[in-house]
Amino acid sequence: MNPQFIMDGLVAGAMIGLGAIGVTLTYSILRFANFAHGEFLSWGAYLALTVSGGLGFLATGLTRPIAPFSFGWSLPFALVIAIFLTGLLALALDAVLFARLRSRGSAVIILVMASFGASLALRSLLEFLFTSKPAYYTKALQIAVRLGGGVRATPDQLLSLGVTVVVVVVIHLLLTRTEIGRSMRAVSENPALAGIAGIDVRRVIRFVWFIGAGLACIAGTMTGLLVQIRPYLGHDLLLPLFSAAILGGIGSVPGAMIAGLIVGLSEAGAVQLVGAEWRSAVSFVILVLVLLLRPRGLFGRAA
Amino acid sequence: MSLDLISYAAFFLTMALTYAVMCLGLNIQWGQTGLFNVGIAAFVAIGAYASAILTTPDAPDRLGGFDLPIAVGWLGGALAAGLAAWFVGALTIRLRADYLAIATFGVAVSVQLCVLNIQPLTGGAFGIGFIPRPFNSLAGDPLAFGLANLALMAGLVLVLYLALQHLAKSPWGRVLRAIREDEVAAQALGKRPVRFRLQAFTIGGAIMGLAGAAQGHFIGFIAPDNYLPILTFQVWAMLIVGGSGNNRGAIIGAILVWGIWALSAAAVSAFVPPEQQARAAALQIVMIGVGLCLILLLRPRGLIGESRSLLSTRKSRKP
Repeated sequence: MNPQFIMDGLVAGAMIGLGAIGVTLTYSILRFANFAHGEFLSWGAYLALTVSGGLGFLATGLTRPIAPFSFGWSLPFALVIAIFLTGLLALALDAVLFARLRSRGSAVIILVMASFGASLALRSLLEFLFTSKPAYYTKALQIAVRLGGGVRATPDQLLSLGVTVVVVVVIHLLLTRTEIGRSMRAVSENPALAGIAGIDVRRVIRFVWFIGAGLACIAGTMTGLLVQIRPYLGHDLLLPLFSAAILGGIGSVPGAMIAGLIVGLSEAGAVQLVGAEWRSAVSFVILVLVLLLRPRGLFGRAA
Repeated sequence: MSLDLISYAAFFLTMALTYAVMCLGLNIQWGQTGLFNVGIAAFVAIGAYASAILTTPDAPDRLGGFDLPIAVGWLGGALAAGLAAWFVGALTIRLRADYLAIATFGVAVSVQLCVLNIQPLTGGAFGIGFIPRPFNSLAGDPLAFGLANLALMAGLVLVLYLALQHLAKSPWGRVLRAIREDEVAAQALGKRPVRFRLQAFTIGGAIMGLAGAAQGHFIGFIAPDNYLPILTFQVWAMLIVGGSGNNRGAIIGAILVWGIWALSAAAVSAFVPPEQQARAAALQIVMIGVGLCLILLLRPRGLIGESRSLLSTRKSRKP
């Protein structure tokens, strides 16, 4: 077996992990599986594309590729703005849809269904605005560098892995060492009790939406950079995201990241062993195995 | 001219009624039991393919083609889809409520993959043709053919409707609603929620499979493209518009939504320039998504709704 699959799996797994952290956080705080989360990845990717295009239009120098990478400074700048915009999108969606259903005391499954409708609308809206034709951040080609042991990677891929490591460490510190992180854990344990203890539950919810959508934007932009940008980018990643969140254990950030890598590596392995056409079935197999053998996931608490 | 119109109306109604069957299947899962199925397209596809493989004449380029009667195909389709539903349900119903939703989403992705890739069995992207159509001897006369098929489908819907009404009123149906409204109280009365939910999910899946089989035989040709996620959305829209929990609403919703869908699709192809049609179709789907959310927000009981329901006072089971 060609060891290259390890590199491909790590890169794919990093994107899945970042997305799955958002899924697992919204799930543990808001207590429903958000089917619209994949759309945050797609919207993040397209927002970064639009902002980056705008920046390039204002100052052409920004689009000149930075040394080993395929993109210019316009993309990192655009990413920062897009993270913010995707966060706002999630907050807006919560305000017009989920918050109203929550305040009415709707059953969990009604929220799931609303997220399903929202995902449909958001995805088709992208298709309407940008058509289903694939888009790219840059036209520059990249040569993969040899890393030894028969493994190659492009500078963009290595950068994405590096960024993922930094982001995950920051998120982990944020959740374990800060006041808002402690509040989040309290709300995830027991929202009513947390409210009585003086924690602003609504602030925590807003924070969770923003973090989840921001991470989704990073994951979507990286996927767009390394593969291509399509309206279905997020929808096609949704099943891997759910599998990783459940495999890692709902509510566990390190679990989601590790499970994301496991899903990514299994997919890449399956592409070599079985064939690329079965790639999307891998997450389903993992999901079924987890639900059969250990429904609470690797790092989850017993329900 | 008027004869053409009548045979077109018959075709339209027959198609709408096949959706009504799916909608009835979803109603027993969601409306009566509160189980969220995001993989309707998968169960419909399983039914359609199982039936097609059983009834098509022997084909050299793929397995199957057993040339069995259409009725056997219908039953086989329902059985295969019911089995798949039982498997998914047995896996997830005892866990959290939304794990079932995630798992059915996975089934939809996987069935689509299987249908595309197991070429020797399913014909791959080209699908399966030459599926025997009921009343094929009448095919020379489009009007008689259309009306006969319409009568068959209407008969199927009527039989299902009466059977499901009977089920809903039976002790079994009352237990389902009791579990949906208050699981703990039902448990205290000695009813095992997991078992009843699993039964309801399996029956619903089987009905969706039956719908897939019936639709496949009516059109005479099936391909993976017929079973994309958009089908799931359409059936959901039908049930929500008609009102969940109400079998009559499910049927009316199916006809209404299919009518709106077909009309707006016709309007798009007539008035929108060809290069913009994909965009217009995307906008059409945006409408379904927004509509679904709006109905959840404004009229949670649907346009018709369930008679004597406690739905509006329903609270989440755990905080």
